[in-house]
Amino acid sequence: MNINIENVRKNNKLLVNKNPFNVDDLEFMKPGKGRAIYRLRLRNLFDNSVIEYTYHSGDTVELADVSSHDIQYLYKETDHYVFMDTESFEQYMISDKIVGDKKTFLKEGMVLTGLMWDKKPIDITLPNFVELKVVESAVTTRTDTITAQNKSVVLETGFSIGVPTFIKEGDIIKIDTRTGVYVERISAKK
Amino acid sequence: MVDDEVSRLRAIRPNLERRAKIFELTRAFFREQGFTEVDTPVRMPAVAPESEVVPFDSEGWFLATSPELHMKRLLAAGYEKLFQITHCFRKGEQGRQHNPEFSLLEWYRADADYLQMVSDTEQLVLTIARGLETGLVIDYKNRMIDINPPWPRITVREAFLAAACWDPVAELQPARFDVDLVTKVMPSFALDRPTVLLDYPAALASLARLKQENPGVAERAEVFIGGLELANAYSELTDAVEQERRFREDMEKIAKEKQRKVSMPVRFLDTMAHLPTCSGIALGVDRLVMLFCNADSVAEVMPFTVDTA
Repeated sequence: MNINIENVRKNNKLLVNKNPFNVDDLEFMKPGKGRAIYRLRLRNLFDNSVIEYTYHSGDTVELADVSSHDIQYLYKETDHYVFMDTESFEQYMISDKIVGDKKTFLKEGMVLTGLMWDKKPIDITLPNFVELKVVESAVTTRTDTITAQNKSVVLETGFSIGVPTFIKEGDIIKIDTRTGVYVERISAKK
Repeated sequence: MVDDEVSRLRAIRPNLERRAKIFELTRAFFREQGFTEVDTPVRMPAVAPESEVVPFDSEGWFLATSPELHMKRLLAAGYEKLFQITHCFRKGEQGRQHNPEFSLLEWYRADADYLQMVSDTEQLVLTIARGLETGLVIDYKNRMIDINPPWPRITVREAFLAAACWDPVAELQPARFDVDLVTKVMPSFALDRPTVLLDYPAALASLARLKQENPGVAERAEVFIGGLELANAYSELTDAVEQERRFREDMEKIAKEKQRKVSMPVRFLDTMAHLPTCSGIALGVDRLVMLFCNADSVAEVMPFTVDTA
């Protein structure tokens, strides 16, 4: 489907030269009385290579025919992750490259959104907020609490995150996956 | 979703508090100089026909793209110093520095020219910096910008010759002008000072009068700070015949190239005979707030944009 460049938004998937690209960044520039210019930073969804394109008002681009599916994360194998479509029960292998930094908050059993193009998975989107257990926390001393500084804890996914000092091992905390920032404590260790 | 909105609105609260303060300081600045604040319609039967500014339709009328025509009708009736902060609407303008609905500050002075509007802008920005106690060197996106007036002024011809190697005043290539302005000329401006671009090619005069001693250029100025196009000033055209000719030319272009129908602002043209020598300027308030909040995008300085409304 072709759409007008004016209707393209960040994270739209476009088909350019028969390859699917993500619109990583879109800059709308317009001198007050002049013609609009659109600068797009496009990322190839298969190899992550980045190209820049300039379009003008009136230009059209082709949207990639993608579909979103609820998929559940099952387990990791050496260089890829295994997911299952929660409706068709079909299993997909998604490469390390596509998962990228999202692995930080990826927990077995978690349901997230998988994006498919031409029957191949091209991207995953984590829920905006995830709840994860703290598995390791350094003991804080009295002086730490007085200065109310953040400390670092290890999550059940194996990655570290900055939290307030009152968080303890065994607590479950809520994290905003888009910023990677601690939001609140969901439950304290019993 | 509610979580998202609450955390977003909480995060931008300091910016919105500062925005309110900037509005207060702006109003005080104009009141102290004897300006009258006015409040003209945002919905009107006709807007100024401009080929690259697209109005929203509203039941056969249009939403304001600028309050300019109504403010000039007040000037024609003898009001000498006017200002207004109002919402304006321009279709399709959305990005880091744009939202289709945005706030415009316009002010007008009888018996003044575009350079007066530039010095008003310098004084306004200075007054806001003092009121916010930011100091006169503002940190915007890691550039330390010295806002002490007078700000460096450069003509469009000089700026284009230096940065893009062609002279748009000698021979204008309209499509190339816009692209080069954004991709070559603006990036060539000093990082640590505001820049004032003066004297646009006559074909881009819009509602500005031509320079008497050099009719190849219009008395039009644009103010840039920190990569933001902040304000656009004119020595206003007062010749109704010339204005109607320009409008007609633009309307034909719009009908032919954009297949869009616009109406002639006839009431404005009727009162133009009484328009005194005057000058006016339109300043993007959201961008002014971005500057003083060290913000990357208009979304950080307005509570709701077209994406979140």
